[in-house]
Amino acid sequence: MKPLIDCIDLKQHYPIRHGLLGRQSLAVKAVDGVNLQIQRGEVVGLVGESGSGKSTLGRTLMMMEKPTSGSVIYDGKDIAGLTHAGLHPYRRRMQMVFQDPFSSLNPRMTVEDSLTMPLRFHAPELSAAQRRDEAAETLERVGLSRSAFERFPHEFSGGQRQRIGIARALMVKPEFIVADEPVSALDVSVQAQVLNLFSSIRQTLGLTLLFVTHDLAVVGHIADRVAVMYLGQIMEIAPTRALFTAPAHPYTETLLSAAPQPKAGPRRARIAMRGEPPSPLNPPSGCVFRTRCAHALPECAQERPALRPAPAGRGASHFTACLRDDLSLTPAVTETPSPRIRTPV
Amino acid sequence: MSNPQTAPLSSPATTSVPTRTSALRRFARNPRLRKFMRHRLAMAGLVTIIVLTLACFIGPYLLPYDELYIDLRARFSPPLTGAHIFGTDPLGRDIAARLFSAGQISLTVGFLAMVLSTLIGTAIGLVAGYFGGWSRVGLMRVTDAFLSFPSIFLMLTLAAFLRPSPTMITLIIAVTSWMEVARIVEAEVRGQAGRDFTIAARMIGAPHWWIMFREILPNIMGPIIVAATLTVARAILLEAYISFLGYGIQPPLPSWGNMLNNAQQYLDSAPWLAIVPGVAITLAVTSFNFIGDGLRDALDARSVN
Repeated sequence: MKPLIDCIDLKQHYPIRHGLLGRQSLAVKAVDGVNLQIQRGEVVGLVGESGSGKSTLGRTLMMMEKPTSGSVIYDGKDIAGLTHAGLHPYRRRMQMVFQDPFSSLNPRMTVEDSLTMPLRFHAPELSAAQRRDEAAETLERVGLSRSAFERFPHEFSGGQRQRIGIARALMVKPEFIVADEPVSALDVSVQAQVLNLFSSIRQTLGLTLLFVTHDLAVVGHIADRVAVMYLGQIMEIAPTRALFTAPAHPYTETLLSAAPQPKAGPRRARIAMRGEPPSPLNPPSGCVFRTRCAHALPECAQERPALRPAPAGRGASHFTACLRDDLSLTPAVTETPSPRIRTPV
Repeated sequence: MSNPQTAPLSSPATTSVPTRTSALRRFARNPRLRKFMRHRLAMAGLVTIIVLTLACFIGPYLLPYDELYIDLRARFSPPLTGAHIFGTDPLGRDIAARLFSAGQISLTVGFLAMVLSTLIGTAIGLVAGYFGGWSRVGLMRVTDAFLSFPSIFLMLTLAAFLRPSPTMITLIIAVTSWMEVARIVEAEVRGQAGRDFTIAARMIGAPHWWIMFREILPNIMGPIIVAATLTVARAILLEAYISFLGYGIQPPLPSWGNMLNNAQQYLDSAPWLAIVPGVAITLAVTSFNFIGDGLRDALDARSVN
């Protein structure tokens, strides 16, 4: 099946200029050669530690910044080279939900203005009353009432604001949404509500989602497939359950072991990584994870391992960027770290 | 934030929304307004400015003399002689009448110069800060170039070449005092341009004018208002400078500055000629500065709560 989004060798580098003449000597390789396909209707979780480039990847897919190189094929067309005007029709098809519900809504705009704004530019044929009706309908879809219209963002709780942010993204009826850590700024009880909201709108609207998070429990709850990122590169992609039960990359194993255990009982050995993540200015040669990997071999420094089918009967859609086939890595404690987020009593 | 989440967690039920208060109530309870009202010097400044403005614009109708009436028998009357509350000048004109109609000109010039320079500064800062790159470099270097001239000399040069009239003086002051606003706005815009709601608007495909005027500008009104208030004070002072030096408002049209000019040769014999307009200038300028301070404290996002 033709994927909705197919990014090919996508790179986003930020040059650091210094010296009197602004010579470019170094670049932060925030996203460094990512290949990722997202099928229509799929929820892909993108996990990784801070600084792994997962948010940058999300923002680059949204064409907030032009990628340094590589292409983003959106529904059969490369949108990486499009101009501001050329991107306009695509803006309607893809939207973003932001991490911080306190800065993602304009504090000086009422909820009504924030919600109807997208329609001004994408559905200019609608009258003001029609725009308002659309906004009210969307607001109800995310669980808020029309009485919220005349209020300002500061009058709402974090969870409510995040609902408004989701409503704004839904206003143009997009088919693809990038959610950049949409629940990590919320209380745990509210996190569950917002995650459930994502699940329900995804089902009713048939949305395709890229869910960027550092929280494996969140990913286990919502994602169909998970991509693990480290230092601007994808280390492993697999269906959620397969990733948790049979990780094929040592970095994934380490991440799984670092997730909090949901049940009391004997503690499992935690795999501690050595040292700090290397600087994205100057990543290690070969496999970028080798400097902190417990299983690294001399060959790992030679060549950067490409994503390839994972070994040992892990299924056709399981890919890893590790050279070694012979590892037996520890799965997560439970099938998923948290099979269902329980709502607190 | 204060609203407890009471809806069932699993169903997409409507969560409760805070109840509404009337707009007027909300305004009266606005923490910024209350903070400003508690700032005593600022409130004193505001009252002074209101009184001064009312006196200048209504006062002339209540006085028995107009500003051009010459009463040669009453030359150099000290304050409080007869109906001359502030005394008379060397030609026997009533100083109170002249002070008030001079105030009309000085305050109007100051206010309009502020409006103009704020508009110029905001436009330049907004474009430079929003578009960045070469437009920023170009516009901000022009701003720096203007700042590097001593503005008094620039103004005097301009005033010497152009026909001095209240309109021209206003333009000259505006053209030489927009730079601070431009710099403040440029820095503020750059801060706002990186915030998520601006990015969200860009991703929705909102045009540049929308992002600049609807998303960013309302969020930086605080610093602009503060800068504008301080600009009024500066503009009044600048008008007084050039008029005092004889390049500004030309007699017989009175302004606070040229009243001082006339007064300098009689400083020891008739000091009230200088004291009366001097006090008016001082009051107006310090009041605007205090209001600016009060606004700065009240509108500073970090100081609320």
